[in-house]
Amino acid sequence: MAITNGSIELAGVVKTYDGSATRAVDGVNLKIPDGAYVCFLGPSGCGKTTILRMIAGHEDPTDGEIMIGGENVVGLTPSERRTAMMFQSYALFPHLNVRDNIAFALRVRGMGSAERRKAADAMIEKVRLTELADRLPGQLSGGQQQRVALARAAITSPKVLLLDEPLSALDEQLRVQMRQELCRMQRDLGITFIHVTHTQMEAIAIADMVVVMEKGQIKQAGPARDVYDQPQDRYVAEFLGGQNVLRGKVEKIEGDQAIVVSPEMRDVAVPVGARRGLVPGAEIDFAVRRDDVELTRPERHHAAGRAALATRVRGVEYQGNFVKVLLDHVGGDQLVAYVPDRVFYSDPLAIGDVVMAGWHTEKARMLA
Amino acid sequence: MSASDNALSGEVVRSTTARRRRRGGRSWTFYVLAALFSLYVLALYGPMICIYILSFQDVRGGLVFPMKGFSLHWFNDLFTQVRTGDVKGSFDRSIRLAVMVTVLTVVISFMSGLAFRKRFVGDTVVFYLMIGSLVAPGLVLGIGVGLIWSWLGIEPSWYTSALGAQLSWTLPFGVLVMFAVMSRFQNVWEEAARDLGATPMQTIRLVVIPILAPGLIAVALFGFTLSYDEFARTLQTAGSLNTLPLEIWSMTLNVTSPSLYSLGTVTTIVSFVIIGACLGAIALIQKRRAERVAHD
Repeated sequence: MAITNGSIELAGVVKTYDGSATRAVDGVNLKIPDGAYVCFLGPSGCGKTTILRMIAGHEDPTDGEIMIGGENVVGLTPSERRTAMMFQSYALFPHLNVRDNIAFALRVRGMGSAERRKAADAMIEKVRLTELADRLPGQLSGGQQQRVALARAAITSPKVLLLDEPLSALDEQLRVQMRQELCRMQRDLGITFIHVTHTQMEAIAIADMVVVMEKGQIKQAGPARDVYDQPQDRYVAEFLGGQNVLRGKVEKIEGDQAIVVSPEMRDVAVPVGARRGLVPGAEIDFAVRRDDVELTRPERHHAAGRAALATRVRGVEYQGNFVKVLLDHVGGDQLVAYVPDRVFYSDPLAIGDVVMAGWHTEKARMLA
Repeated sequence: MSASDNALSGEVVRSTTARRRRRGGRSWTFYVLAALFSLYVLALYGPMICIYILSFQDVRGGLVFPMKGFSLHWFNDLFTQVRTGDVKGSFDRSIRLAVMVTVLTVVISFMSGLAFRKRFVGDTVVFYLMIGSLVAPGLVLGIGVGLIWSWLGIEPSWYTSALGAQLSWTLPFGVLVMFAVMSRFQNVWEEAARDLGATPMQTIRLVVIPILAPGLIAVALFGFTLSYDEFARTLQTAGSLNTLPLEIWSMTLNVTSPSLYSLGTVTTIVSFVIIGACLGAIALIQKRRAERVAHD
């Protein structure tokens, strides 16, 4: 049985640990196309690393199937699965130099010393480490170690490369730089990358497909832009950030809009979207992107087709290209507006100013 | 001058005093501690150095200072005179026994170091039983082993009962050293090896043993030296043939010449040669690695 492509399918995958009643992974179904860059995103303990380790073959699922290239791989070793893993702390062998680390997989496969040296040197060149080939891992910087780990994992031409928090050991600047390096490697190798992270910026910056997880379950999976712009529920919206999530009660339904009220909101219209069958009286969450919220002085008349609520400026944070304006809480949620800095400084707001926070009605999104 | 200026100049004054003290004389505590440490070193090595010096006396030499002349007479005496005891035979046995103890200690300590990374049923009990054997009086333990052997009707000998009695002493040490070594071992290295396609045996051979090598050499050194000069546990278990420490002890009862001291000097030299050889081996391995790095 030879696995020839890196498409992955998880079917009803469950993982429980001995002595624990909760499911670390709770019935996950997911299809990943060959050659995709996928990010599993979620807080620590959400099961994302467990899924990665099950795909890698370091843990067996309690239930369900894991298919790679159409074959059920449960019970196979990592090399039979044609997967390779890059560990969180890289796990480079401290007693071997860069070349021997990279050539390790070839050595255990019985390749001759001259041949594997040649193969390792080719890979070393690919990750631009030629002048460091004879160094020991302890003599390398974090970014260099990461490239060695990547090269070591890639040398057997796996069909799937699994990366466990690959950037968490690096400082902020290097992290942004290595993000691009990972993307470049993935394009060069043309294989499936599965990357686990708890940083949403990282996930949406590099992934073709973002999988948001909570408590062992997938909350939403899709292209980065969909997940960020159109979160399906409060959890995804809050985890990815950039959204105001507001809660209110449906007062009435007018065509394809629900009129929502709460102690702070009066008659805010929200498109019903996919949530048909809403009845007046239902408690609902809806999201409005922070950069869709416009702040106006209260004396200005507000136009039709817009929702607005009166609020007060609680804090102002300059962020460079935009200004983050913190407003009053609406229910339990703080309202935040991202105002482009040129717009903000044409009429700067001060803490305590009363403003109208408004948005185009169609920008609001009903959450599940 | 404002209050903050005052505080600032106070800071400057304090830091210059500190600098002066650092550059000039040392504080009195340095001299007290230095004297204390010198005394400690003297007490540690003084008695042994006395023995080494006295072993180099000439034929008129006695068991106490003052030193009479200077020669290698008593070393010669040691290896030629029969009356001094079976030095060669006991030395031979001690080395063989120490090698057996070393091999067993390294292998068993290595395996328990790997095993104790995971919890298993009774792990705490096993651990405390091991420590118990470390604190048990050696002489009593030796007598116990001797008793069991005679009860079983087996003739005690240096390579059976004494081997067992010595292991009860070297294994706890070896395992404790191994625990310390393993605390810096990352299990993820093994996982990485497996991920790269290594079999369990390849993982042990190519990853675990090389990484743990310095620790394993330390365990071996412990095993060897603890066995080589073990007395209490061996006394009742060695059977009819003596190991070197037993031979030296019996010589102290009937040999009244400085050849006893020369024996002390010779055995010390052997110990140092072995330790030196081990350290040399480590240095050589490191040099080879460095050279390979340089040549590649």
